[in-house]
Amino acid sequence: MIKKVLIILLFVLLGLSLYSVVKYNTFGEDKTVVARHYIDYGMKETGSQNIVTAVVVLYRGFDTLGEVTVLFLAATALGALLHGLRFKSKEKEPSSLIVSTAARYIFPLIILFGTYVFVHGHLTPGGGFPGGVIIASAFLLLFLAYTQKEVSEKTLSLTEGTAGILYVITGLLGLVMLNSFLANFLPKGIPGKLLSAGIIPLIYILIGFKVGAEMTGVLRNLKEEEK
Amino acid sequence: MNGGAMFYGAAIALIIGGIMIAATKRNLIKIIIGLNIMETGVNLLLITTGYISGGTAPIMNKTWTKVVDPIPQALVLTAIVIGVAVTAMALSIVVRIYEKNNSLDIRKIKEMRW
Repeated sequence: MIKKVLIILLFVLLGLSLYSVVKYNTFGEDKTVVARHYIDYGMKETGSQNIVTAVVVLYRGFDTLGEVTVLFLAATALGALLHGLRFKSKEKEPSSLIVSTAARYIFPLIILFGTYVFVHGHLTPGGGFPGGVIIASAFLLLFLAYTQKEVSEKTLSLTEGTAGILYVITGLLGLVMLNSFLANFLPKGIPGKLLSAGIIPLIYILIGFKVGAEMTGVLRNLKEEEK
Repeated sequence: MNGGAMFYGAAIALIIGGIMIAATKRNLIKIIIGLNIMETGVNLLLITTGYISGGTAPIMNKTWTKVVDPIPQALVLTAIVIGVAVTAMALSIVVRIYEKNNSLDIRKIKEMRW
């Protein structure tokens, strides 16, 4: 009885909140002043062609640092939860010749594509997070093709930790030089060039390394462990 | 049917569908899948609120004056990453529950009765 009342209450609340979202946000209308400012002055202020990247890395940079921390915490908690897990697993079959041969040639290409995506975060769609996940997917292919393959946990933690610390140091340098955490202290350059937008490419490269290492660590932990 | 009704409708259908799956299924993996479907719906809803008629992606490599609102897109970028982290966490907890109870059925887990 009480369960049913709760479920009905939940759906009524959900319906009300969804209704208000749809009611007050007319489709296709120009709504916020903040968005106007970002669109009109974003490229001038940050030197970044991709305004979403400018919002993520500079205007809301502190938020992104928190997001990276959440990802780090989740990866760590996952490692702690799955530590020492042993399944009574069946014998692992090695993957077929086609998969293992193809993986050998495709692996470097996926890594290259991931690197391209996070290096060009301020010019094209993409950035550190998608780039990092693409790199992790290359490692997933490696794990699928070579079941015995291991990535050392030490290397992963070292990459992840170094990238995280460098991110915070970049922020602190902004604090020292321009009195604002994560301020853009490097020259902005010409928008559209690879070396432009100040600290945005720097931070996105660090995020790319960090996310790549973290997601690879998650995959490594979720992989069935050998006895 | 105009674009607004389509996108809002799809987002709300995904949210309701996801909640229905999460509330009615007994299998833990299916509950997590339901939560993921709901998350997709919420992301679509956020992106839809930021659409401006005739706008392109907020990348200014031409003299475009009409682009869509970049803020919901930046927020959804955050939400996707957090969603992946939460899903990975939830799956690892499910692995532990399976190891202890040898079942993914929530009716068979004594600690989850109320």
